[in-house]
Amino acid sequence: MNGMVARSLKNGVMMLLMGTATLLVLTPLVLIFVHIVREGAGSINLDFFTNIPNPPGESGGGMANGLVGSAVILFMASLIGIPTGIFGALYLSEYEGHRLAQVIRFSADVLAGVPSIITGLVAYTLIVVPMHGFSAVAGAVALGLIIIPIVLRTTEEQLKMVPGTLREASLALGVPFWRTTLQVTLRSALKGIITGILLSIARVAGETAPLLFTALGNQFWSSKLTEPMAALPLQIFNFAISPYEDWHRLAWAGALVLVVIMFGISLVARFFGRERSMG
Amino acid sequence: MTNKITIENLNVYFSATHAIKNVSLDVPQNRVTAIIGPSGCGKSTLLRSINRMHDMIPSARVTGSIILDDTDIYGRSSNPVLIRRRVGMVFQKPNPFPAMSIHDNVIAGYKLSGRLNRGDADEIVESSLKRVALWDEVKDRLKTSAMNLSGGQQQRLCIARTIAVKPDVILMDEPASALDPLSTLKIEELIEELKDKYTIVIVTHNMQQAARVSDITAFFYLGELIETGGTRKMFTNPEKKQTEDYITGRFG
Repeated sequence: MNGMVARSLKNGVMMLLMGTATLLVLTPLVLIFVHIVREGAGSINLDFFTNIPNPPGESGGGMANGLVGSAVILFMASLIGIPTGIFGALYLSEYEGHRLAQVIRFSADVLAGVPSIITGLVAYTLIVVPMHGFSAVAGAVALGLIIIPIVLRTTEEQLKMVPGTLREASLALGVPFWRTTLQVTLRSALKGIITGILLSIARVAGETAPLLFTALGNQFWSSKLTEPMAALPLQIFNFAISPYEDWHRLAWAGALVLVVIMFGISLVARFFGRERSMG
Repeated sequence: MTNKITIENLNVYFSATHAIKNVSLDVPQNRVTAIIGPSGCGKSTLLRSINRMHDMIPSARVTGSIILDDTDIYGRSSNPVLIRRRVGMVFQKPNPFPAMSIHDNVIAGYKLSGRLNRGDADEIVESSLKRVALWDEVKDRLKTSAMNLSGGQQQRLCIARTIAVKPDVILMDEPASALDPLSTLKIEELIEELKDKYTIVIVTHNMQQAARVSDITAFFYLGELIETGGTRKMFTNPEKKQTEDYITGRFG
């Protein structure tokens, strides 16, 4: 009987600890969200999505160029990061024990741990310096480098979960190995891979540091990929540290939009993830 | 009785493990050859070496030869993809492609290889499904997922998928061990019907099944072929004591 009391006491203490931990995780998220909504919601209107920023002192204006710029840069970054990540992962899962596979896996882990500002420096050295100027392309390379290891490792995990029996079924029908890899293995893992891709895009959508000295930012519309381009997180950063009240309001609105976009991408990723586990 | 497959001095190694030890075995054409033996004796390993499924495992090494008709499966110029189109395989657990319909599962061998002739598809599907006695059960729902079928139906679908690519030989790796008795019976009847056109090698650890379906039985123990012969003789009057001990249930 005594043991029973001690056990339920222990249970109570543990429950309390876990409850506290949950609260600690949720509190900052809720605080951030509430704060951003309170500060930013008032400045969100049609102008925000259709106009470029007004000069300081003039109220109104928007971050349309930043939104479009972010979309363009993210799209290019995806073109670099997603195929590289997926093909790398295919190599890792299909040539499991090979020496090169171990090297790639280790490199990806190191790359994933590199601070994003360093990735920006790499893109600066590789693109900005030889091209004699900041550009959207350089920003895309920096973000693409961040996407690669995330897509690579999540894709590899998904490919590993494809049952070997499916692969064997295909091979035993006289389907060549490479076709089996692409049409059976990759297709079976597709939903999980899409989830990983979306999460990687959500992750880099808010990256600011790698864009500071690559895409640089732009107060106006820019149509050339070889010229500096605006991006939402950069605009938030620049406006937040400016001394102008109007720009501060725009920065808050930008922050709210960015968080909502990232939240949206994560939700879609969740949806794909759930689909998979049910099927 | 001509031999479809002649296995000569076959050895299979996984890293340092010697899984198949110098096995020589003749597989006659249009007969059912059963491979029996206790778990881990190398039955499946032998079966999988007949369509080069070990190619996938980096640590696997095969020596000796397996002659299919006149060509050595492990010969220098032999192509595993073409071998597998002649030597089909049915697995222990039914493994239809989950994302495909019943219809597409039957022609998966063509579809996935990118050599499907659209005009032929429906005919291949119908004749293959009729061959495994599944047509009447599924003809009204060919476009639905194969995963909605029962285990026994799925396994017959997998056999249909295998014969759709027109092999000469069908390897079966305990094809009924995951099925209920009634489905097992249907698979066994099917094997009986298929042997007029195909050469069948079946691995089973169910000795009654081997006795029911096979013409030839080969008994394996610890990677070695202990004895082979006509199924009736093997089960009534085996020559080796080990064989007798196993089939009478004294070990294994």
